[in-house]
Amino acid sequence: MSEPILELRGINKSFGAVHVLHDVDFTVRAGEVTALVGDNGAGKSTLVKCIAGIHPTDSGEVLFDGRQVSIHGPKDAADLGIEVVYQDLALCDNLDIVQNMFLGRERGKAGVLDEADMEQAARRTLASLSVRTVKSVRTPVAALSGGQRQTVAIAKAVLWDSKVVLLDEPTAALGVAQTRQVLDLVRRLAEQGLGVVLISHNMNDVFEVADRIACLYLGRMAAELPTKDVSHSQVVELITAGRSGDLGIARPDMAAV
Amino acid sequence: MAEAVAVGADRESLGGRLRDIGFWADWAAVIGLVALVIVFGLASPSFLTLGNIQAMLVSAAILIVLAVGQTFVIATSGIDLSIASIMTFGAVVLGLLYAAGWPILLACLVGVVAAGLAGVINGTLVAKGRIPDFVVTLGMFSAASGAALILSDGKPTQVVDGFLLALASGSVGPFGYFIVVAAVVVVVAHVALFHTRFGVHVLATGGNAEGARAMGIRTGRVRLAVYLISGVLAGVGAILLVSRVGAAEPAINTTYLLNAIAAVVLGGVSLQGGRGNILGPVVGALLLTALTNGLTLLGISQYYQPLAVGVVVVMAALLMRYQR
Repeated sequence: MSEPILELRGINKSFGAVHVLHDVDFTVRAGEVTALVGDNGAGKSTLVKCIAGIHPTDSGEVLFDGRQVSIHGPKDAADLGIEVVYQDLALCDNLDIVQNMFLGRERGKAGVLDEADMEQAARRTLASLSVRTVKSVRTPVAALSGGQRQTVAIAKAVLWDSKVVLLDEPTAALGVAQTRQVLDLVRRLAEQGLGVVLISHNMNDVFEVADRIACLYLGRMAAELPTKDVSHSQVVELITAGRSGDLGIARPDMAAV
Repeated sequence: MAEAVAVGADRESLGGRLRDIGFWADWAAVIGLVALVIVFGLASPSFLTLGNIQAMLVSAAILIVLAVGQTFVIATSGIDLSIASIMTFGAVVLGLLYAAGWPILLACLVGVVAAGLAGVINGTLVAKGRIPDFVVTLGMFSAASGAALILSDGKPTQVVDGFLLALASGSVGPFGYFIVVAAVVVVVAHVALFHTRFGVHVLATGGNAEGARAMGIRTGRVRLAVYLISGVLAGVGAILLVSRVGAAEPAINTTYLLNAIAAVVLGGVSLQGGRGNILGPVVGALLLTALTNGLTLLGISQYYQPLAVGVVVVMAALLMRYQR
């Protein structure tokens, strides 16, 4: 088992009176895919946005590579090597693949873009992920299929020597063949030594690619287990009830509040 | 993989079917301009004379400068309704400072700065105040023309100065200085929009502001910057306007406002943002100028000009729906 690359301890987050995350602990290991599951409103997206620096946390600590770090904005997270592939707001349709992959971190001197350099890097990254479905890196993203878009979004995330990649429902709107492509890609990221977090509602996807499963229930971490130690139905129970047998939250009366 | 290929092939054949109309839509402004030149060229012998072409380019210069500023704002999915009022405001500041005995270059500079400040106010209210662009700039439209009226007491100020006279009448080869100024603005704007980090951020802000923000782009700053650009270019327009008229007038130049937006629309820039293009709006501005010029040469009452402009713009917008 590899070392934790990212560790969250006792994270709390409220939006006004709504306490969304309660003392959440969460660990991401390099070279592994950790699935983050939970019902709608369990706090998955909020947790990801806290890690990404979009939402500031109220309390708790974040360790990256064993060091304590503070993440105050998307830039801090990116500087650490944490990349997020968002479900809905991943790409700008009106820009091409290269522009999207380098968005916010364009290469060039004095603000003038170095297009050739960026095109090459984009091609190299896509090739390293064995992506062959994209014809030209100058294709506008609007002209790509759902699977291709997700591929580009993921490639964008690994372009940056990133260490941790968080994927928010990368297969949500995809067909069977495209889901296959994306799951292969997710596996390949872990094989390259990245810490991968996969948010998904799809149990088949989770059991197929994840090494560990972390289950949020009403803003609490109900369980964090190796995939081989749990069954489909146990995970479903953890998601819907917060506990399953001796797994999960011990006091359901507390959790039900 | 097979699926990806199939999708590509499908798009190809769809593109083939749309090719005709899509081609027309992409080149609407250019085709319109060529058509106008042919029609007016045949109808009026003086339309295609060198003198008239020069005159058209000179009178298009202010509109081009304004349309370029407007393009940046519209590319972020905003709209600057105050651009012509800010130009008026800048012109009045310029004129009053000149009348107060300031050196002309300094007066021009402060005029541009004043216009830029008005742009900054627009940008700050839009970005920080989170008020819709339309409302903010509608307010500024009124406020800037009001300020111009107050400052000037509603009276025009004569500005008779060697520098501005030379600007209006001098030329480099066959190209008047106005054309040179407009050309410089166009080239700089084109480079800024398509070859700089800033340009990509402008288009990203217009295309998907939320996504751009998640990528660490400060979309608020981008919005502020485009309104600053729009304001400064309105200031540049003010110098050209004062130089052309020979006076700073607190008149509300509504025609410039509407034509600046019309030129951008004619140029194929989507009002929804995210689609920028500098040369299109330039061609759009030339088209609108050629239209008014041609109608005047044909002796058609100037009352028909706004009608013609309106028809052309709406027809172009209809055609844009088929843009690829």
